[in-house]
Amino acid sequence: MKQNIDKGQKINKGHQIPAKIFMVICILYFILPVWWLIVAATKNNAGLFMGTGGPMWFDKHFALWDNIKELTTYQDGIYWRWLFNSLLYALVGGVGATALSVMAGYGFAKFRFRGRKVYFNIVLGALMIPTTALVIPTFIIMTKIGMNDTIWAVILPSLLSPFGTYLMRVYCQSSLPDEMMEAARVDGAGELRTFFQVSLPIMTPAITTVFLLSVVNCWNNYFLPQVVLANTKLFPITVGLTQWQAKSNAGAGVEQVWNLITCGAFISVIPLVLAFLFLQRYWVGGITAGAVKQ
Amino acid sequence: MSKKKNNVVPHGTKSLSTTRANRWGWLFTAPFGIVFILFLVVPLVYAFFVSLYSYTQVRGTIFTGLANYKRVFTDPIFLNGLKLVVLYTIVMVPIQLLFALLLALVLDSMKSKFASVSRLLYFLPYAIPVVIGALMWGFLYSKDMGPFTSLFQLFGMKAPDFLAPGSIFGSLVNMVTWQWTGYYMVILYSALQSIPTDLYESARIDGASEVKIALKIKVPMITSSMVMVTIFALIGTLQFYTEPMVLRNNANSAIPPEYTPNMYAQALEFNYNQMNYAATVSFALGLLVVIFSVLFMTLTRKQSGLED
Repeated sequence: MKQNIDKGQKINKGHQIPAKIFMVICILYFILPVWWLIVAATKNNAGLFMGTGGPMWFDKHFALWDNIKELTTYQDGIYWRWLFNSLLYALVGGVGATALSVMAGYGFAKFRFRGRKVYFNIVLGALMIPTTALVIPTFIIMTKIGMNDTIWAVILPSLLSPFGTYLMRVYCQSSLPDEMMEAARVDGAGELRTFFQVSLPIMTPAITTVFLLSVVNCWNNYFLPQVVLANTKLFPITVGLTQWQAKSNAGAGVEQVWNLITCGAFISVIPLVLAFLFLQRYWVGGITAGAVKQ
Repeated sequence: MSKKKNNVVPHGTKSLSTTRANRWGWLFTAPFGIVFILFLVVPLVYAFFVSLYSYTQVRGTIFTGLANYKRVFTDPIFLNGLKLVVLYTIVMVPIQLLFALLLALVLDSMKSKFASVSRLLYFLPYAIPVVIGALMWGFLYSKDMGPFTSLFQLFGMKAPDFLAPGSIFGSLVNMVTWQWTGYYMVILYSALQSIPTDLYESARIDGASEVKIALKIKVPMITSSMVMVTIFALIGTLQFYTEPMVLRNNANSAIPPEYTPNMYAQALEFNYNQMNYAATVSFALGLLVVIFSVLFMTLTRKQSGLED
């Protein structure tokens, strides 16, 4: 393998300069908007409009701390409440969705029960149903049963993860040897014990992946909370920030909190970007598992 | 991850008695099944049920059968939204796919530290929530806060208005491309990585150029992943919602509240209080997306690798 790489590099040498220029341009394209956000988070409203450094550089007035202070006081610090809500929805939804997917994926992969094929095909088909088509109907049902405008209206629907279930099934089939489960059974372990003590430890990498993907899905969720929530205090960060944005754009002397939007957006992105950097192999594992055949 | 096809049938379970397999199989899958029914099947069925009724102030809610569907497929607002979304799909999916493919091929041909760092940076926008990405681009497109005004001044030109009705299409295409290309690139790159490298060696010995190797060996070998990526992009674009919804706050003259079918459904529900018709729009859109995807998958069945 190593040898192949070395040879490959030697042969590639001539192509590398135009390729590198192309890559640098692409890096700039993907990274400059993020850089803009970092810089904008350190500016106050005036600095955002006519700062000394221009849009892509720091203002001479470094307002990051002022912005953070203002975030904790503006509307009684509702920003932090939103951030906490996002965390809560993402964690509870993520843990729940993962638990259900892990069990179901395991069940589909390891037990030949009656109706399995039809059942699984229905789940597979559901992968194609656009989640946004479910939002308005879910809202109507939630209204009927009086669950709108509660955290459950956001959390319960996000427990559903057909993709996670599909991934877990694929993983269990390919990486969980039946012989091991057999051995546990011969030793007299019940199904639950086999599941928890023998199978789960082997499934850890896939569980991490599914958990990460579910958390990100819940964190990114916008359409559903935007529709089912009316109480500002229950908003996740995404809905909260866009509401500030809408208000600021309405303009005409109302509240223009551009600095809070940019700083708030920046802070909210930090946990995800950090998680992304440290756990990227799990994300990659997850998004490629369904697509890449080996 | 999966090794061989013949692994698909869980052969070991045959030693498990049928009753035991039946019981435990259902027990393990039931919690998911319940959530699946409650939050997928029920909303869908309910939406269909609701869409068969209409509400008027004079007569209350009455059964109107498929009348709402007749209405939706002749409704110029819905059809315009649909046309727009299809247009976005036609423009956006190939751009993202080709861009991602190009990046993956370039990265695959260079195995250096620089390449692995760039791969990470291309993928970074995926870690940024779509809403935040849309917020950022809203600022970047702005005349007062974005960098383009001064950038164009540098060359003595006037920056175009990215949020005007005439340019909003391109602005949204750029936003989506920025957000998702890295994600698709990762899928294609991983697929390229799984091709045995000795294939390239023999081609090189035969005098094939790197470009030729890329086009004649690498691309054909990853067709199944390209089909998957296309399906992801297709489903994603057809339900276009978050980006135009967020950008609408900056560009409400260019993006009407019923710009895409999803936005139309929301507007019907909340601004016009037409619950039955809103459900019809949602259901019709869902149906169309499924039809589109199934159609695409049937056309490419051999490559998609989803048949098991």
